[in-house]
Amino acid sequence: MFNKKIDFMKTFKPTIIIYAAVLAVSIIITLFVGVKLDINFSGGTRISYSYEGEISTDKVTEAVKTITSVPVTVSESTSIAGDTKTLTLSFAGKDSIDAEIQQKITSKLATDFKANAPSLYDSTSISATVASSFFIKTLVAVLLAAALVVVYVGIRFRKIGGVSAAITAFVALILDVLVAFFTCTVFGLPIDSNFMAVVLTILGYSLNDTIVIYDRVREGRRLEPNADLGDLVNNSVNSVMKRTVITTVTTLLAVFTIVVVSEFFGLSSLRSFAIPMGFGLISGCTSSLFISTPLWVIWKKHSKKSKKSK
Amino acid sequence: MKSKRARKSTFFIVLALILVLTFTAFFGIDNYYGDTRNVYIKGANDIRWGIDIRGGVEAVFSPDIKNAEISDEDMDAAKTIIETRLVNNNITDSEVYADNQNHQIIVRFPWAADESNFDAAAAVQELGETALLTFCEGTTQDTVILKGGDDIEKAQAGVVQDETTGVSQYVVHLTFTEKGKAKFATATAKLVGKTISIWMDDQMISAPTVKTAITDGNAYIDGMANADEANDLANKINAGSLPFALTVDDSKLQVISPTLGSNALNVMLIAGSIAFVLICILMIVLFRLPGLVAAIALLGQLAGSIACMSGYFPGADSFTLTVPGIAGIILSIGVGVDANVIAAERIKDEFKRGRTIDGAIASGFENSWSAILDGNVAIVIVAVVLMGAFGTPDSFFAKLFSPIMQWFGTAITGSIYSFGYTLVIGVIFNLIMGVLASRLMLKGISQFKFFRKPWLYGGAKDVQ
Repeated sequence: MFNKKIDFMKTFKPTIIIYAAVLAVSIIITLFVGVKLDINFSGGTRISYSYEGEISTDKVTEAVKTITSVPVTVSESTSIAGDTKTLTLSFAGKDSIDAEIQQKITSKLATDFKANAPSLYDSTSISATVASSFFIKTLVAVLLAAALVVVYVGIRFRKIGGVSAAITAFVALILDVLVAFFTCTVFGLPIDSNFMAVVLTILGYSLNDTIVIYDRVREGRRLEPNADLGDLVNNSVNSVMKRTVITTVTTLLAVFTIVVVSEFFGLSSLRSFAIPMGFGLISGCTSSLFISTPLWVIWKKHSKKSKKSK
Repeated sequence: MKSKRARKSTFFIVLALILVLTFTAFFGIDNYYGDTRNVYIKGANDIRWGIDIRGGVEAVFSPDIKNAEISDEDMDAAKTIIETRLVNNNITDSEVYADNQNHQIIVRFPWAADESNFDAAAAVQELGETALLTFCEGTTQDTVILKGGDDIEKAQAGVVQDETTGVSQYVVHLTFTEKGKAKFATATAKLVGKTISIWMDDQMISAPTVKTAITDGNAYIDGMANADEANDLANKINAGSLPFALTVDDSKLQVISPTLGSNALNVMLIAGSIAFVLICILMIVLFRLPGLVAAIALLGQLAGSIACMSGYFPGADSFTLTVPGIAGIILSIGVGVDANVIAAERIKDEFKRGRTIDGAIASGFENSWSAILDGNVAIVIVAVVLMGAFGTPDSFFAKLFSPIMQWFGTAITGSIYSFGYTLVIGVIFNLIMGVLASRLMLKGISQFKFFRKPWLYGGAKDVQ
């Protein structure tokens, strides 16, 4: 399969169209289902309890109302394995609720619903200001990292026009992050700090893929200074394609083994981590091969033409 | 590289070093003397799992006064108080950070969900509590002689033996400031034979009669039931000397149930082993001999990463591993595979050009170096920024990026920091193992007659 040469200049347009279509569909779905921002990023209070037997959510709501006036929504859920039942209290608004009140709620439920033996399972209470400053800081960190990397690529590949190479690499990165983001919204997964880890992993992979290609172009340029840029890039991408695919497949293999084994042992929490990771990795591989480098060739040829016409 | 041929023994030396590292990093070196475990080298069992994996509490405390001049000393004092209280609550495995810039104290400690009698919310609230100690004339709070904040330097729990009866009792020793010393001397001189009452907020805890004037600035509160009560009171008095109380109401309180449960380590080991074996098989099938060497190098890289997390190396503390930290390990393994794939592909290319075995290996590694270096440096940049943005305020990387990051509040999210850490460590070991050790091993093993067949390097069949 690797012996056939692909003309990456010809596959550029179809790839762009596929990406655009996938992203457009994702945006439409997202508009309907909305973005689930994790409480760590949005602020608010959520408390969950594990319990036994049957419990009336209405009665729980009433019990909580005697303690705090903040409107509360009570929901129950059962884990897929079926052995743990949880009760979740989500408080309206984006503000945190006093530790003292949380404690009162817990003891009130423990006495009122003794038969259900509710015990605190999970609670998060974050003020909107702390949450938003964390969210902003995360974004700033990701952008700063991306910017520094673009500068590095620009310097290291200056012989083949580093700045343009860095910017097209950056375009590919943004596409990959969008793919991971929409994977979360479409699958109804929350945007949380695990998602940030996924974004950064994809950033690393996609960038590495692009760098390996540019490295070949740099080497090819040294060996044949007068070759046509399109041919040079095509040869380079073809020669590293096998490596890119192998590396991506290997990583996907590692990620999915971990997920399958975890699911086997009844741990489903890694799912929100693995699904966006999988799609993001595939996009990272595709975008480096089919988008960033052809885009760069188009840019270079275009700027050459405009220089000549002057 | 026109140097003389590599030695055969190089392969075995490198292999042995990697195997020793791997064995000790995973299993550690310890022995049992009765029930006591003596750890000489920490193994994978000693890795500390983050609170997102094993469950725990994360709270951000902030002073209840906003404007105020809060000094760095105040913040340090508050941090010390919280640390002491954690230890008093038998929570020894905690992390406490003070952010003097934004006046926040971040506390994280593990908590197992099956400890049903442990009320996390109550524990956190207790951590921030303060109490103001006052000494008053008579048995009312009408005339205050001196106050906790200004006049008392510190309180310390202790034991005092009665000189006449010989009975020991628990007390809280008080050390006054210079100002407090003077006030107390004047007051006790005036009130000889009368009563002085000691108040904790609005609760009277003791009302001793003054026997003589006390001028040396030392006093103690007696009548403590046990050591715990004395400790508790001393802590509260010390906290009361802060000009503010600490609350979590307006910031953050999070109780996390363990997502992976107590068998996290086992599941991760099983999953990791299967994934690793699959990767090795894939590498060997695709690249034959270089694939085998790559598998050994990857083992070394993984062992190195584990060693850096368990506190294997003296001087490097054990590290908290979180879910994003696991992502960091996966990414670094991917980068390690990549380095080996690039080199192996290059070696294949060299065979196609009709090179000899030694020549193909030498120039294969040489040609792959620049791509591996650039890829690794780019990843290190990402990791270092993360460590700076989400590390503890006094760490090196945090200081490096503080001109930018100080504007965005503290977010010492251990989970993301962990990602950066495992990634940097992974990349460093990739350069040692995936590049240097692989090269030495392949050059060494290729000197054996048995291994001098181009097919083993992906060559022969492709030659046309």
